[in-house]
Amino acid sequence: MIIPIFVTTIFKSMLLSILAGLFVAVGLIFIGKFIKNKWAAVSLTALPLGLFIYFLNYIPQIASGEIIYQKISWIPSFGVDLSFQLDGLSLLFSLMITGVGTLVFAYTSAYLKGHEYLDRFYAYLSMFMAAMLGLVLSDNLISLFVFWELTSISSFYLIGFNNTSEASRKSALTALGITGIGGLFLLAGALLLGSITDSYSIAEMLQNKDFLLQHEFYILAVIFIFGAAFTKSAQFPFHFWLPGAMKAPTPVSTYLHSATMVKAGIYLLLRFSPILGSTEFWNTTLILVGAVTMLYSAFHLLFRTDLKGILAYSTIAALGILVFLIGLGTQEAIIAALVFIVVHALYKASLFLITGIIDHETGTRDITKLAGLRKVLMPVAIAGFIAALISGGVPPSIGFVGKDLIYEATLGMPTNAILLTVIAIVTNILLFYAGFVAGVKPFTGKLPETYEKVHLPSWLMWFPPLLMVSAGMVFGIFPQLLESAFVGPATSSLVNDSEGFHLKLWHGFNTILGLSAITLVVGLLLYFILKPTHRLENFINKLEVISPKSILFFLTNGFEDFSKGWTNFFQNGYLRHYIATIVGFLVVALAFIIFSNFDLSLDVSSFSELTTYEIAIAIMMIGAVIFTVFTNSRLAAVASMGVVGFAFCLLFLFYSAPDLAMTQFSVDTLTVILFVLVLYRLPKYLHLSKNVLRLEHGILSLAFGSLITILVLKVLQEDQNSEITNFYAENSYLLAKGKNVVNVILVDFRGVDTLVEISVLIVAALGVFSLLKLRLKTRDKK
Amino acid sequence: MEILLAVITGLLYAAGIYMMLRRSLVKLILGIILLGNGVNLLIFLLGRITKGKPPIIPEEAKVFQEIYADPVPQALILTAIVISFGLQAFAIILVKRTYKVLGTDDLDQLNTTDEDS
Repeated sequence: MIIPIFVTTIFKSMLLSILAGLFVAVGLIFIGKFIKNKWAAVSLTALPLGLFIYFLNYIPQIASGEIIYQKISWIPSFGVDLSFQLDGLSLLFSLMITGVGTLVFAYTSAYLKGHEYLDRFYAYLSMFMAAMLGLVLSDNLISLFVFWELTSISSFYLIGFNNTSEASRKSALTALGITGIGGLFLLAGALLLGSITDSYSIAEMLQNKDFLLQHEFYILAVIFIFGAAFTKSAQFPFHFWLPGAMKAPTPVSTYLHSATMVKAGIYLLLRFSPILGSTEFWNTTLILVGAVTMLYSAFHLLFRTDLKGILAYSTIAALGILVFLIGLGTQEAIIAALVFIVVHALYKASLFLITGIIDHETGTRDITKLAGLRKVLMPVAIAGFIAALISGGVPPSIGFVGKDLIYEATLGMPTNAILLTVIAIVTNILLFYAGFVAGVKPFTGKLPETYEKVHLPSWLMWFPPLLMVSAGMVFGIFPQLLESAFVGPATSSLVNDSEGFHLKLWHGFNTILGLSAITLVVGLLLYFILKPTHRLENFINKLEVISPKSILFFLTNGFEDFSKGWTNFFQNGYLRHYIATIVGFLVVALAFIIFSNFDLSLDVSSFSELTTYEIAIAIMMIGAVIFTVFTNSRLAAVASMGVVGFAFCLLFLFYSAPDLAMTQFSVDTLTVILFVLVLYRLPKYLHLSKNVLRLEHGILSLAFGSLITILVLKVLQEDQNSEITNFYAENSYLLAKGKNVVNVILVDFRGVDTLVEISVLIVAALGVFSLLKLRLKTRDKK
Repeated sequence: MEILLAVITGLLYAAGIYMMLRRSLVKLILGIILLGNGVNLLIFLLGRITKGKPPIIPEEAKVFQEIYADPVPQALILTAIVISFGLQAFAIILVKRTYKVLGTDDLDQLNTTDEDS
């Protein structure tokens, strides 16, 4: 009985719903080659579809106000758990992720039919879906961060899917860079919030809300969260990665860069608005950033001729509206934002899919060339028309409900209501224009001859957008459907008191209706008057120099040049350069320490007397060293180095170190013999360095040598700690039964050290032996 | 005498560094050997020098009766000498091999892994 219970627990677990996508991604590595066939590819759609149904099942439970919480300990000592929370907001996003995912998976099977790397594409998509689900279901901020980064990474792979195109790779890198910076912000924010509230659980942070708002680091925490949200959701001035991300295949643009991933920032803001929101800093910043973003990108789209470019900028504008609405922060605004998230996902994903079909069938996305396609792509034209209606907020579509809510929210603001409403109206007019240009313009007018042969693609491509826009119409006519299933539960998880508010299509004749009418009329006029041309696009491209994108690239290029110069300066591959740098630095550091405590008075009383034989050895040594350095004969250099060594032997002998003298004598003899044996094969000394360089090196070496001399003399003035010496001397015979203390230390007290030393010698001997025996292949020999 | 030995230590350091800064591989090894000698002398000197009193306990005694030379630096230097012999032997053979394969002992021509340069 235990096993079935265990199995059901597993299957009920949200962790499994997240991991499913990762399992599929891994599985595709092995079975990827079997899915090239169209139907095999379609069967992968079962994954998001299954998950969609799985999450649909939760609707009644969540709608009744329940919050499902599951927790698996991960790293309890750091407070990092895999804890998942399914509330209204998570459910709304999960359904969007899996719902749009289902359609995109199906669409892809036809769009990329027979593509060499179709399996890879599906694997990335599955991975992304898993990460995105993890993101919206996580209650623990650290695991949220992990999933957040995973979405950035899968986005990187998907944007750079056409990896033979340089533009694709560059765009992918830009997107990764910007969203990666955002990820770091999120991590910083998570750690800060975690240390303030002593927990990484978002639910627990909500309980500590008052403490958080009072905390001295509140502003900093908000800035971190903003940094994460603004980069992910492409807010000004971080927006430019999103138009670049349009290099990705259209299903990716649909899924990641309009419907889901870019909404992760919005999700984060929504999730945190009950916790960190409702302060002046929070609201003002969001309103400002949102307003700038929506106006900036809405105006930008007027100048675009590439369908995907238009859609990209209108997506940024829509994200701006969402940030703006969250900034308003009132109950109406939050509801408006939630409705708009759904509305936008429905129409923007459809428009992207439609653009994909047009691109796929005609080979162009240039709006100035496209016309009259309704004659050949009828179902697509219908979908496009409805999508434009939703996008423009024409009744009775859900877009109308969404737009009304926005106006209601701006008008309801206590201050600056007029200004805010005007901003919203202007943006909506331009979005209306964008929707019609993308959804209607390619299908109207006279069909150019070149496109007469265009034929309708597989239903797998045109059905998904049609399905989505139909849903948009159904929701518009029955808004209570949307409310009870999706928006209502999500609202209740964000706003304390969401009772008494209901979505309605018809509000009666009031100001809002008037504003809607203005939007529609002006938008329609704009659509008929303004025709997108390349001239306008070229004009705006000239202003590109002062855009945030150019400034960022200027900075990154500058940074790159700087680091290149820096690296080449320090890491130029010349050994003498490294040595000179290290020694030079040491000289400066040593000189600073020695001369800043300038006390070079020397107490010679403790020093021993000079005797003649000592002077003789010293002179011999100095002479031999100088000769070694300056001789032009290599053999002479080696010989005089031998002299240095033997002088050392004498020195050791004089100063009570007979063992050292013995060792030095044998080692030195061996070294000289070895040298002489090898040397006769080598070329003559060359006079390679310039004299100036020799002089420089000479000065540097002498400075270093002098400092060492001073250092030695200084140390000799200090008292010596002889504790260790005394221990060895006293116990040498008593403990180790040896009278030669040096030998006893080596073979007894420090016996293991000596063993290791012998091992080193063995390794060196092996190295010498193998170098001598090594026979290179003829190729290497040249 | 300590002053003289300190000067010699400094000279060995300077000569070692100067030789290591040259371009010839052979000079590099000579430089390392000189520097190694300098280090040995430095350690020896810092243990204080004592004339004619090796750290060997007299035949008839069990512990030292009078002043003796410090055995610890001597043990250290002994190890250092042996280890540096291993290093030198390996380096010398490596130079020989390098010259045989690449035909040069100029360090400036050895600073890239590319075959064509």
